[in-house]
Parts: sequence; C-alpha cells; structure tokens
Amino acid sequence: MEYSNLQRQAASLKKSLFDQGYLDEQFCQIEYLQDEASPNFTEEVVSLFFENSTRLMTNIEQAMEKNPRDFSRWDVNMQQLKGSCSSIGASRMKNECTSFRNICGDENAEGCMRSFQNLKREHGVLRQKLESYFQVLRQAGPAVTAARPRGM
Amino acid sequence: MALADATAFPYGLRVLVVDDDPTWLKILEKMLRKCSYDVTTCGLASIALQILRERRNKFDIVISDVNMPDMDGFKLLELIGLEMDLPVIMMSIDGETSRVMKGVQHGACDYLLKPVRMKELRNIWQHVYRKKMHEVKEIEGNDSCDDLQIFRNGVEGFDERGLFMRADSDTMRKRKDMDKDHADQDSSDGATVKKARVVWSVDLHQKFVNAVNQIGFDKVGPKKILDLMNIPGLTRENVASHLQKYRLYLSRLQKQNEERIMGAARQDFSHKGPSDNLNLRSSFQEQPGNLSNGFQHSSQKIQAQINIPDPHLDDTKTSVPLKVPDKNGTSVSDAVDPQNMTSASPLSGVFSFERMPVNQDRKLSETMILECQSWSGSVPPKQFMQYPKHNHERCDLLGDYSCLPKPDLEHPIAPGHLYAPPPVISMSCSVEGDVRDFSDVKPDLLGCMKSLSPALTCTVESVSAQLSDSVVTSTNSDQKFSSVEGLSSIKDCDFDQERNQATLLTSEEASIICGTDLTCLHDELSGYQLQGVSFGNIGLSSIDLFQCNDAMALPGLHNNWYDDVEFSSETMEFPLLDGGLFA
Repeated sequence: MEYSNLQRQAASLKKSLFDQGYLDEQFCQIEYLQDEASPNFTEEVVSLFFENSTRLMTNIEQAMEKNPRDFSRWDVNMQQLKGSCSSIGASRMKNECTSFRNICGDENAEGCMRSFQNLKREHGVLRQKLESYFQVLRQAGPAVTAARPRGM
Repeated sequence: MALADATAFPYGLRVLVVDDDPTWLKILEKMLRKCSYDVTTCGLASIALQILRERRNKFDIVISDVNMPDMDGFKLLELIGLEMDLPVIMMSIDGETSRVMKGVQHGACDYLLKPVRMKELRNIWQHVYRKKMHEVKEIEGNDSCDDLQIFRNGVEGFDERGLFMRADSDTMRKRKDMDKDHADQDSSDGATVKKARVVWSVDLHQKFVNAVNQIGFDKVGPKKILDLMNIPGLTRENVASHLQKYRLYLSRLQKQNEERIMGAARQDFSHKGPSDNLNLRSSFQEQPGNLSNGFQHSSQKIQAQINIPDPHLDDTKTSVPLKVPDKNGTSVSDAVDPQNMTSASPLSGVFSFERMPVNQDRKLSETMILECQSWSGSVPPKQFMQYPKHNHERCDLLGDYSCLPKPDLEHPIAPGHLYAPPPVISMSCSVEGDVRDFSDVKPDLLGCMKSLSPALTCTVESVSAQLSDSVVTSTNSDQKFSSVEGLSSIKDCDFDQERNQATLLTSEEASIICGTDLTCLHDELSGYQLQGVSFGNIGLSSIDLFQCNDAMALPGLHNNWYDDVEFSSETMEFPLLDGGLFA
C-alpha cells in the first residue's frame, strides 16, 4: 500500500504521540472502532474529550479557589477527570491526575496546585498535538486512520 | 434471542449504559453496537432509572459507572436490582479492591475497570444468561418445597423481561417446550430421584384445576388428577408437588381472607385525602404505623407502575384517586392510608403489602406485592415474583419503594401475562363506606360486569373468562357482607370455578369506575382475566372480591392472584396464573 507523504506524516505524528507517552493503547482501541458507520469516530471522540476535560478542569480550578483545602472535593473532581482521560488513552494526563490525587491524599495544597498546573500544561500540549494530527490526517485522506502506528 | 438456542450469540441484547462522562458514553455505545447489541445511553442515573421504569422489560442488562454526579452508582445498582432485577455491571477507573467489593456487595454482577475493552463488553451476555439459569435452578430446586418463599425467590429472579419477556411468545413457547421435553425425559427415566422439570403453563394448570374440581377437592389425589389430566410425560410426582403447592395456596388464601376480615373489622374508616376514590382497606390491619413509610413508598411505586406510557393508562391514572407518585409520600398517605383502609381497592393490596415488608412478615408482604402487581398492570407474573425477594427494609432505607412492579401495558405478552388494568386502581374509588351487604354491591358489580362483559369476554387464550351474573352471586349469592366478620363465613362456602369471574369483575369494575377506555382495558384484562379464573377455584377468592363494600374485591383478587403466582411458581412463564387460574 502506498502511503502518501501526508499519510506518512500523520503516521509519524501518531507514533511520536505514543512514543512520548501522550497516548496509550486505548487510543488505538478508539481508532479501531472507527468504521463506515462512523468515519470520523476518533476525531469526534477526541474533541468530545477536550470539551469535557476542559469543563472538568475548570471545575477543579474553581474548587481549588473557592474551596481551599477541600481535598475530598478536589479528589472527587480529579477522579472524574482521570476517568475521562482514560477514555482516549491520554496517558500523561492520566498519570498527572493520579499524582494529583496522591498529593491530595497527603493534604498538600501547594503540591496540588503545582500538580494541577502540570495537568493544564499537559492538557494544552495534548490538544495541540492531536489537533495537528487530525489536520494532517484529514488532508491525507481516509487510508491511514485505522492503522496502528508502526513500531507500537 | 432464545434461551433454547444455546449456540446463537445474543444479538440484539438490550443494554442500557449509564455514564456521566460523554466521551465514555460515546465509546461504550460504539463498542456495544459493534458487539451487535442494542444500546441505549444515558448520562444521569436518575434518567436511567426513569428509563428503566418506563420501559421495563425493554432491557436485558445495565452497565453503569460508579461515580456519577446525581447519584451514587452503588445506589443505582441497588435500585435497579430491587425494582427491575436486571443484571448490572459496574465500571470505574478505580480498581481498588474495596470498591470492587462494594460493587459486588451491592449486587453488581461484574465490575469492569476503565478503560473498558471491547472484548470485555462482548461477553456481558453471559451475565444475563447466568441470571436466568440461576433462577430456573432455584425454581427446580424447590419443586417439592413447601417454602413458597424460596420458591418465589427463584421465580422472581426468573426474568421474563430480558430474553424471555420480549413479547416473544415463540421464545417462551420454545422454552416451555424445552422444559416439557426435559420433563418427558425425566419421567421416562422412571425418575423417582430426579424431578421432572415441568413447566406449569397456564394451559397445564387449567387442566390441573379442572381435574381437581372434577374429582372434588376433598377427594383429590395426585393419581386421580394425573389420570384426568391425561398429559403425556407428566408424572404423578409432578402432579403431587403441584397439588401440594395448590393446597398451600388455597390455605394461604384462606388465611389471608381471615386476616383481611379481621383487619377490616378493625379498620378505622377515617380515610383521608382523596377519599372519594380511595377506600383502602388494609388487609393487614395488624401492622399499622411503621408500615406507613413503606406504604407510602409503595404507593409511590404503585403509582409509578400505573405510570405507563400508555395514553389510556394515563387517563386511568388520573382518574384514580390514588395519586401516589408523590415523592414525599404525602399524596400516598392521602390516597392510601394504611391505617385507614376502608375499602379494598386494588391498591389496597399494594398497600397492605407495603406494610408487610416493614413488618417483616415476608409471606404477607410477598403476597402483597403480588397484589400490587396484579393490578398494576401488565407486569408479567414473573415480575411479581421478583418482588418477594426484595428486602423491603432496604426499600425503605433506600427511600425508594420501587419494589412494585410496573405495568407494562405497551407490551402485552403471550397469554399468561397478567395485565392488571389500570383501572383496577381506580376501583378503589368507587365504593366508599363500610362493608355493605353484598347485595348492595352486587348490583354495582353486576352492572360493571355487564358493561364490561364484552370486553371481558376474554381474550386470554386459555381463560374463558365470562362475565356472568354468577360472578357476583357466586360468592355466595345470598350471603351478606354486612360486616367484615360476615365474610369469614363465606369462606366456608363452596364456590364454583366460575366464580372466578368475580375477580374479573373487580378489574372490570375498576375500569368502569375509572372510566377507563374499555378497549384499553381489554388487553389488560386479558391477563387479568386469568387471574379471575384462577380464583374461581377458590371460594375464598370470591370472598375476597366482595369483601369490601366497594367493588374492590381486588384485594381479594390480589391475594388470589398473588397466591396464584406463588403457586404457580413452577410455571416459568406464568407464575401468576398458576394459582388455580384456569378452572
């Protein structure tokens, strides 16, 4: 099968996302679900994720401001976000969520703040990378999408 | 999807997915669709419950996340188990043993960790099948057991809803045939050790009852019945055990009647609330007070049950004074005051029942449940059976007495499924006041019957419900129900099987009273008629029917019905009908 340059580029982007730990196996599962009935399934799921995760992060941020040291609340909110991250295989984000929850368990407000900042950053980076990925993918055409990244 | 076909993948298994995370909801939906399942998604636990309540019998399994904003997933799990008895799979990102344990404790049949893989979802059908198998086994195991409670547990579990209850009479017939085959095989083994698994279908039970009546209840014996029934493959043992249950059923009815009479006698007729319609007579007067909670809940439930997405039902519902679905229970108490039940009403059965759980009188409560169910509508008998197993106390704790089955009028099923016409509920309204002479009631009933007779002339296949004057009179045409105590004497009367029609009356009356659309009623009554028929064999049931001044013989009806259900525990498909249904 011949891969156009764009397709190769898309594949390469995806590979790096995996290599760098931004995404894990779950992302492949999502791609695997894409079919004729839902040809843009992956992208739809991902954008749904970002919508939802942005909302959840806003909740967390607000909770941290308005409910200082309300660790159990923060924990509950973070649990939700973690669950969401697991949906698309947002691995680094998920790990940061776990880290946050641990720090929360230690009742370390400062630590939680820092962790949350990390999380925001990870969130931003992932969003950017995936947006690029999908952009290339769209340009490349349908052929590549369901393929597992080589070397995975 | 037929249980009989063990090799076929359960395509179209109806799954309800509940998850507050829209991303997961989308993914799960897609995964399940790819497994060829029939998926419904829901983002809130409360909506999920609503969906399940409205479309009972339309789902085989529920998958739910543990952490949800509006309701704890474990609570949802409990409620679903109690109300609908569907298998529930929990999901969570958190795989901590304690959480998983909690899930199991609350009744989850599985606990999946997120991210959930499609292969895990592909196998969820096993939970549905396993549950059914388990129930079937329980039923079998209790074949000769006098402990109807256990039996009920088994039966209640028997979930017609899912695979069986899909308004798919073929499936049911298949199952019946399969069971019959087993029975044949077993009996041909000269089984004294192994019990044949006989499905006491409506038809079969009717034959049984016919035989019993023909022989004469006092002189009856398994051999004689067996000979008369003349069913190939049926063994003397099958008949003997069925007869045993039947006797228990009858004696229970009798007991209930006694209790009801006693209870009614002590009834305080200060019915409050929308009294014009609801004179509820508590059959279990002995258990006042604490029941009210459960009572309310149940009322709620009852109402909910009535709350079928059927336009007719809605009409009926509104006409029913018993506006139960008031969450705070006030309307319930208004409508149904356990302590003040004056006249029997369809609901009264329910209420009584509700009370029972509180009283921990399992048997009674179970009976009650059936009562509720009976009139609540098209709840397949099996469903009724389910309830007994519910821990009613838990219901109270949960604050959601959703133990009552909800009628599913949308999906009338193969014969044998009782549909208590909604109007039944309204029956409670028509007659107020003290128990009157039966003769007073009679004309009303007769009138009802007559007006309903066209509708009642039965649609149920094996039940030839015929309304006739005898219905009313059967219970003793000349006896007066001037007082509650008077009823006890009725017990001694002999009633023909035709009497069962009286039960039909009650339902009819109810509908008439409610001004229910008879057409609509008709369908419902078909199942109901069965009930009536079953009662026929039991004089007591007639008594029950006319016990209250109002045409609410329902309570009696309910009792009977309930008993029927218990009795028919052996019947897979129509537990409710079994109780002497087809006289």
